[in-house]
Amino acid sequence: MTTITADGQIDDHAHDADHKPAFFQRWFMSTNHKDIGTLYLIFAIIAGIIGGAISGLMRLELAEPGIQYLQAWASISNGSEASLDQAYHLWNVLITAHGLIMVFFMVMPAMIGGFGNWFVPLMIGAPDMAFPRMNNISFWLLVPAFLLLLGSSFVPGGTGNGAGTGWTVYAPLSTSGSVGPAVDMAILSLHLAGASSILGAINFITTIFNMRAPGMTLHKMPLFVWSVLVTAFLLLLALPVLAAAITMLLTDRNFGTTFYDAAGGGDPVLYQHLFWFFGHPEVYIMILPGFGMISHIVATFSRKPVFGYLGMAYAMVAIGVVGFVVWAHHMFTTGMSVNVKMYFTAATMVIAVPTGIKIFSWIATMWGGSMSFKTPMVWALGFIFMFTVGGVTGVVLANGGIDDNLHDTYYVVAHFHYVLSLGAVFSIFAGFYYWFPKMSGRMYSELLGQLHFWIFFIGVNILFFPQHFLGQQGMPRRYADYPEQFAYWNQISSIGYAVMLVGVVIFFVNIGYALLAGRKAEDNYWGEGATTLEWTLSSPPPFHQFETLPQIK
Amino acid sequence: MTHFVKAWILAIGLILTPAALSAQEALPSAPVVDPAATSELEAADAPAAVESAPSGLDPALYTPMKPTPGIGMPVDGGIDFQQQFSENGETAHWINNAILVPMMVGVSLLVLGLLFWVVVRFRRGANPEPSKTTHNTFIEIIWTVIPVLILVVIAVPSISLLARQFEPAPEGSLTVKVTGYQWYWGYSYPDNGDFEVISNMLTKEEADARGEPFQLAADNRMVIPVGKPVKLLITAADVIHSFAIPSAWFKLDAVPGRINEKVLQIDREGVYYGQCSELCGARHGFMPITVEVLSQDKFDNWVRANGGTVKGEATETAAAEVTAASETTTDIAPADAAAATN
Repeated sequence: MTTITADGQIDDHAHDADHKPAFFQRWFMSTNHKDIGTLYLIFAIIAGIIGGAISGLMRLELAEPGIQYLQAWASISNGSEASLDQAYHLWNVLITAHGLIMVFFMVMPAMIGGFGNWFVPLMIGAPDMAFPRMNNISFWLLVPAFLLLLGSSFVPGGTGNGAGTGWTVYAPLSTSGSVGPAVDMAILSLHLAGASSILGAINFITTIFNMRAPGMTLHKMPLFVWSVLVTAFLLLLALPVLAAAITMLLTDRNFGTTFYDAAGGGDPVLYQHLFWFFGHPEVYIMILPGFGMISHIVATFSRKPVFGYLGMAYAMVAIGVVGFVVWAHHMFTTGMSVNVKMYFTAATMVIAVPTGIKIFSWIATMWGGSMSFKTPMVWALGFIFMFTVGGVTGVVLANGGIDDNLHDTYYVVAHFHYVLSLGAVFSIFAGFYYWFPKMSGRMYSELLGQLHFWIFFIGVNILFFPQHFLGQQGMPRRYADYPEQFAYWNQISSIGYAVMLVGVVIFFVNIGYALLAGRKAEDNYWGEGATTLEWTLSSPPPFHQFETLPQIK
Repeated sequence: MTHFVKAWILAIGLILTPAALSAQEALPSAPVVDPAATSELEAADAPAAVESAPSGLDPALYTPMKPTPGIGMPVDGGIDFQQQFSENGETAHWINNAILVPMMVGVSLLVLGLLFWVVVRFRRGANPEPSKTTHNTFIEIIWTVIPVLILVVIAVPSISLLARQFEPAPEGSLTVKVTGYQWYWGYSYPDNGDFEVISNMLTKEEADARGEPFQLAADNRMVIPVGKPVKLLITAADVIHSFAIPSAWFKLDAVPGRINEKVLQIDREGVYYGQCSELCGARHGFMPITVEVLSQDKFDNWVRANGGTVKGEATETAAAEVTAASETTTDIAPADAAAATN
């Protein structure tokens, strides 16, 4: 990556531009990318707490065989004594809510809405996003979407209250199999969240293409901006397909169409093709901004420019492009023909190549560097290793013939939690520690940050590694109860959750400490390794920045 | 007297508990049969017990086989795949353990080792002045080409495994139609008079009584002959289910309105368990798959016990055959049969 320095001095403008609107206008009618980014981050944290609490309920129930708590919880949400079937339905509601919340309301808002909004304009030397009011509506569409999803848990959805379809919302379980308004509410929630993301994607693409500071060519652009650009294109191309797929679900449910009903000439598998045509790019949407953040962090703490900048940028482009032609590896057991299965096996394996380029380039960035191990860096190092582990199990699952025995088992659960819960989430924490003082103007406690990392790292590994064993032994996903042969590793997995929870508590203590008693952060608190434009500004940056555009050499 | 009343209350409670536990409301499941009543029935008139009741089949023709612990089912704290009993399963297991696992361990250790090396060698204390290297075309080509070669090494056996998994069953193979329902399985035998076996999960008490693993065991099993390719036609009646047998490396979705076909061959007599593997509603976790693999003779007897026809025998003589077979079969001790039904 090219070293970028700002020539323009912006401090003299900062004072007269720093007239912040009053509270309601500032936070509810915001057009400021940094404020909207902050709103997104707060939203993601709240959604993360809810989604994480739901996984806590699930690990509690799964800690030992038998149904211990589900019926009591179902009775609470029913308001009357729940039947065993309603308890089982509640389980499906929990897995559905956990998946949708973590994907649409935690990871995506944090990475794209939060860090993207905050740092894309800062890194390209722009005063704000291209469409500030559209930016605002992007965020505020997400709030009713989340409320609709949460609200769906309290209305009938078939056997019990709530949408129990899984986050994939497969037909016909989600059409004829779920009577009641819960699934309709969940679908509308996805529509709104999707519209929010599409608007955000348009905004990012326009901003990145048109508002770069003079001299910043695409090939001088910071890698985080590259990652958001690729992500925005994935969103723009993938989400309309999801919108179409779930609109057809709605009409199948309510207006008598039969897109996904073989009795009327439709096909349930068509829904899966449409869903995964969106769903596979979606997993790269969740990880690509993380790739961008990790590149900056590794370079900063190695005091060395990113190794193979162009290779890194085009590896992300390649991952984005190939990500659109591998979707049916999520459907290996639906009864596809042998040629289709062979194609998707081969195409999926290809993705390992650009991913490998990224892993090795990060290591090469550190090679010869002068490394320090501040909190963001230990998260980044953890990310690189854990993402590798999640990646190699992905190569196993890519084999259509091997996947026959692993499909829909805990092996898959372990795989995607290694790339998301230990990949995407690690990169979010890395980015959060990296930029939190820049955003808030306050330093966090380094000790608590390190403690958070190590406890979380140990916890999630105890939590998710045994799930590979459960999957190889054949334990299916989405089971509220299991044969007692699976008890041993399930119990260990639940212990891992408790350990991880301690780490999360430390994280919140650390935020509280930073906001209340944290030392004031300098402009560039990471020193000479941090070279992108946001480090030329104060911490926190002025309300409006770059009124005189910086010149990039 | 009070003891007598208590005993009755307890007995009724015990009988009702499983029904209450499984909450059979509005479920079109197989008729619930009291095991005690069944054994009385059998004792009185064995051939008359040819109903779709659990263990209600003529014990002279068919006695449910006991599973071998650790075979065809998960093991306590197990970490590897279940032991495989089909050729394709063994091949797939071998590909995983001999090619994929070493690849995973190798790549992970390589990355971990490199990370440790840079952390130690290039920490600020050891290397205060960072280098300025940002390009090295040779090493970039190396770390692009070597992964490609590794993937080719994986792809060759993997693709040929796929080809073998899709080999069609030879002409004249037995066909079994598998139908997923909310929340049980139906197995029909179109080559044998098209009778259907309805398969519900056993309650904890029933499973314990039969010496079978709870949540894996079903009342009526899918029975197939050993060592022969069986053509499974898999579909569903309501929502998508998935028919899975981990110890045969077998999984195929049951999609309403579609019939998916795949060959199942298991090379050892025994009982093999699986579980529904596609989210299908409330009792998704409670519709297990139990497959019993028998020799051709025993399989034919099982067909007869279900009132089906064995290939090559005329339909109208089936009843007579059943009686004849029950007279000539001597290898099943009545005591064993009684033990199995309880």
